[in-house]
Amino acid sequence: MPDAVEHGMLSKARRPWWERLGESLLTILIYLCGVSAIVFVAAIFFFIFREAAPVVLHGRVSLVQFLTSPEWYPTSEVNRRYGVLAMIVGSFSVTGLAMGLAVPLGLGGAIYLSEFAPPRRREALKILIELLAAIPSVVWGFIGLSVMSRLIVRWTGAPVGVNVLNGGIILALMSVPIIVSIAEDALRAVPDSYREAALAMGATRWQTTWRVLIPAARNGLLAAVLLGVGRGVGETMAVLMATGHAVHIPHSMFDSVRTLTANIAAELGEAPAGSDHYRVLFLIGVLLFAITFVINLTADLIVRGVRRR
Amino acid sequence: MKPLRARLRPLARALAPLLCTAVWSGCSGSNRSASSRQAEKIIQIKGSDTMVNLAQAWAEAYRRVRPEVSVEVSGGGSGVGIAALMRGTVDIATSSRDLKPSEREAIRSATGRDAKEFIVGHDALAVYVHISNPLEEIRMDQLAEIFAEGGAITRWSQLGVTIPGVSNDEIVRVSRQSSSGTYEFFREHVLNKRDFKLGSRDMNGSKEVVELVASTPTAIGYSGMGYHIPGRVKMLRISPREGVPAVAPTVEAAQNGSYPIARSLLLITPGEPEGEVRAFIEWVRSPEGQRIVQECGYVPLLPSERPTAAP
Repeated sequence: MPDAVEHGMLSKARRPWWERLGESLLTILIYLCGVSAIVFVAAIFFFIFREAAPVVLHGRVSLVQFLTSPEWYPTSEVNRRYGVLAMIVGSFSVTGLAMGLAVPLGLGGAIYLSEFAPPRRREALKILIELLAAIPSVVWGFIGLSVMSRLIVRWTGAPVGVNVLNGGIILALMSVPIIVSIAEDALRAVPDSYREAALAMGATRWQTTWRVLIPAARNGLLAAVLLGVGRGVGETMAVLMATGHAVHIPHSMFDSVRTLTANIAAELGEAPAGSDHYRVLFLIGVLLFAITFVINLTADLIVRGVRRR
Repeated sequence: MKPLRARLRPLARALAPLLCTAVWSGCSGSNRSASSRQAEKIIQIKGSDTMVNLAQAWAEAYRRVRPEVSVEVSGGGSGVGIAALMRGTVDIATSSRDLKPSEREAIRSATGRDAKEFIVGHDALAVYVHISNPLEEIRMDQLAEIFAEGGAITRWSQLGVTIPGVSNDEIVRVSRQSSSGTYEFFREHVLNKRDFKLGSRDMNGSKEVVELVASTPTAIGYSGMGYHIPGRVKMLRISPREGVPAVAPTVEAAQNGSYPIARSLLLITPGEPEGEVRAFIEWVRSPEGQRIVQECGYVPLLPSERPTAAP
């Protein structure tokens, strides 16, 4: 009896109709899942462009002024100005500082986890790091606003604790878990034969890591860093709370800034649909889309490079 | 028999969550109908961040008055509430500023009815500084010079003030996001519709403004007087013009109009309110609702304003 069933499953012609139906339904379902991603991206793309385009096409806001003026007065009663330069600088300064902190920490953590940590400690640390990645961003923002700002004022004597440094530290703490887990995967993907060969040549563990493993996993590590940057550029709630939300081109780490994402989050709710203010906020969305698109494309090309090797 | 069972097992596994969901949604469905018997009417309120604590307190007290009506409150800013009114997603918008003519027009074209405003209390907009700041009073024109675009005052020394223990005496301006009614009220009445100087720290709530001032010795910020934290921040007395004595933000000063930056707190409905919404607004304007206004740190209506004096 079991023989007959097994034989039946192998031979296509004798399979019962429900199995064949189920299989083709599943195929269609999976196909739809795959296609839906494309549809969603295209729809989002279409939507934000459609909302943003009129304000540029009708010449109500010049793109040059939009990109080069630091003056953001969307609700002014006397002279409305829509310039986002200060926010572009704000976004990049916070993200840049965050990456300066997160990349060494994240890569260092990944190297420790994959090469130096004893197995049990590695498992425990990995669970903790994944837990860190699961903390909601508004909680991070709250830590920045209430805890970090007080520490920054106490330690650095800065007049205000919500600034580039605060936002950078919070973003770094948020990106580190992502960088660690992807970079650790990349390092673990290096075949053990590389490690064995290096050790057989008399290299120390440190030399093995530095001269053999990091070059071999280079592309994966780069992808980890870029995905961390993507999180930094795209993060909204935490930077809204931690950076002070001031339209201001920063001169030092202790100046408050406003980021592109935080500005959209703060103002879209009140901008009447269809007004210039509303459309300019969508134009900022297009700008962010372009920035993250470039970052993701770069990361994707690098990951492809890893696969080809 | 066994192989068939083995073959059905994955199917059962796949169906189990579905079944559970069906059962669960059945339960919650019956729950909902039970609770809707209890609270037949939901009043949705959205808007002013200044009034969110107040509206929440009303909602809680009103539950005891009429258990069958549940009042749901959310904030976001006066502009957000008014925008929601245009979309028809709320019954009442709370606002700490008057409706603009353009908004009145937009509500009319979106809902086909005229917006109706009800004054439900007053608020004195307090100007806060850090507790260590020796300044006690300030003039309206000085405030404008500090906050407005092109204003000349950027350092405390320009006001003749030295803040103890601080080397850099640059004034840290704490303001609100542009969705806030407080922001627009301050711009209209203190800055005379001029724009704010760029670089102010724009907080997303009334409470955050006071919190940031409390932790920053060189800060100055504006927020509702209900958000005062005694011992950590100081409310300045305000003088309307040079030579006129400064007035502290108090209930009496806000009611008799001697405090220069007091404003009305409003409930806005699309068209004349009916049924439960009307009953709620009447209750809010009754002595019981006004007692809650006072408890929340705002200024209740004068007895002369109470009857039916809608603007």
